[in-house]
Amino acid sequence: MRFEEPLELASGARIADYELRYETYGSLNASRDNAVLICHALNASHHVAGRTADDPNGIGWWDNMVGPGRPVDTRRFFVIGVNNLGSCFGSTGPMSINPATGRPYGASFPVVTVEDWVNAQARLADCLGIGRFAAVMGGSLGAMQALSWTIQYPERIGHCVAIATTPRLSAQNIAFNDVARTAIRSDPDFHGGDYYAKGVVPRRGLRVARMIGHITYLSDDDMAEKFGRLLRTPDYEFGYEVEFEVESYLRHQGDKFSEYFDANTYLLITRALDYFDPARAYGGDLVQALAPAQAHFLLVSFTTDWRFSPARAREIVEALVMNGRQVVYAEIDAPHGHDAFLQDDERYHRLVAAYFDNIAAGLAR
Amino acid sequence: MTALAQRAPVTAPAAQRAVMPTLRDDLRQIAAWIADGAHVLDLGCGDGVLMAYLRDSRSARVYGVEIADDSILQCVRRGLSVIQADLESGLRMFPDRMFDTVVLSQTLQAMRQTEAVLREMARVGRQGIVSFPNFGHWRHLVALLGGRMPVSPQMPYQWYDTPNVHLCTPRDFEILAGRLGLVITGRALLANGRPVNVLPGLRSKLAVYRFEPK
Repeated sequence: MRFEEPLELASGARIADYELRYETYGSLNASRDNAVLICHALNASHHVAGRTADDPNGIGWWDNMVGPGRPVDTRRFFVIGVNNLGSCFGSTGPMSINPATGRPYGASFPVVTVEDWVNAQARLADCLGIGRFAAVMGGSLGAMQALSWTIQYPERIGHCVAIATTPRLSAQNIAFNDVARTAIRSDPDFHGGDYYAKGVVPRRGLRVARMIGHITYLSDDDMAEKFGRLLRTPDYEFGYEVEFEVESYLRHQGDKFSEYFDANTYLLITRALDYFDPARAYGGDLVQALAPAQAHFLLVSFTTDWRFSPARAREIVEALVMNGRQVVYAEIDAPHGHDAFLQDDERYHRLVAAYFDNIAAGLAR
Repeated sequence: MTALAQRAPVTAPAAQRAVMPTLRDDLRQIAAWIADGAHVLDLGCGDGVLMAYLRDSRSARVYGVEIADDSILQCVRRGLSVIQADLESGLRMFPDRMFDTVVLSQTLQAMRQTEAVLREMARVGRQGIVSFPNFGHWRHLVALLGGRMPVSPQMPYQWYDTPNVHLCTPRDFEILAGRLGLVITGRALLANGRPVNVLPGLRSKLAVYRFEPK
């Protein structure tokens, strides 16, 4: 969908006009109150569930969560997946042509924040005739958007479903992001972000960035279980090529990622992560930051997630309780680290399903 | 749709209220000590039956704390606010005097840090309510005289397979409460749902206490 009206950004910059790519599942009911917005995290897109017609392998990134008979049941809910501004899957981003110059934005694409994304999503909702979402849901960075919805548009969100998230990145989180960005920016093919015209891609940097990121998505136990110290070679080769299984896995992840993801988008999205801190405007007081929220909340964390650990989610829960909000908080004992939010886990999925059953029952009343 | 209409109903519709489950004896006594509209924290809330009752018939604003996955799921099905946490690791997330009443029903005897949890209850709430099985019930004494650990409807576990690590009698509890500086403001010693007035230390099966910090 194309938006002609300029969007003012948190940085003070503005995007004159832009496009948001989105996908919908299920149908909007007559009272237009069964819409659920799914917000994506770092590397995902609007393609949340199902398969696309042109790519039978392109299964949606949260297909185990969203669909007919799934916890977020598209037979009852009208689900919208939207690709955020600055991403590289169809919405306007650094790869897009800047109408002012006729060339790709590249490095000149403005830095956007979680709040900017939410503003853009709200405009999309306006255009789709959705005054209020039954729920806004996401995992990780997606959950930050769901949280931000409750603060920016408290009257437009019934339930906030925030999985594996944090009220702000820690110094360690930011440090990992910085290493990833440094890897990209020091790739000779980066050309200050304007690599499109040169016909190259800073693939090496992007690969390292993804490898670092991927380590933080998995738990130590999970890696031990999956790879341990398994060798791909019969014995040590006393060199520096791939010998351990874990090296092979990470390099494969890095290679795959660098084929489809845009380096500028990686910079932009990790920066949006770094900047997210709704309490900042209140001297770090999350209770005050969440005071406008009216939604009911479901928060889920995973015991082995060391990227956004349960302790971080509990900070949000605490602030919500202080504000007298209705809140369910579950700490799922799952081995998969941060990535657990995308995995099939019966306890996790049963809980989300039960929560959405209640949302549906609330709509029917 | 107005902002007000979005708030979940604090009270259930009348039809739902009519089919209210019958509460366990100690829960009925606990409910009787909770004021309408109170802000309540239920520690070890289980499947949320007390919380649902307090919400639906007392318009209470209730939060539960529970550790078991299945119980969390039951609470979600009842549309309750519930937080998954281990009581043993404290109630740090709640500030002082956040709640009107903090409830710990039939859980005290299973806590390792008995004193710590009572102190935390007194910190977080204006009043605390605990219930526990009376270890001093005469049938338990008879079992002990017969050389066996007591097993009864209120303590249905074999000695080698019990969550109960800190069983006590009403008198024991009162002494501990005194030592912790808690003022007992209500006491109900129950057998079969009714208060026991004659020899309650021997004849009551369940003890329910209400207390306040000094």
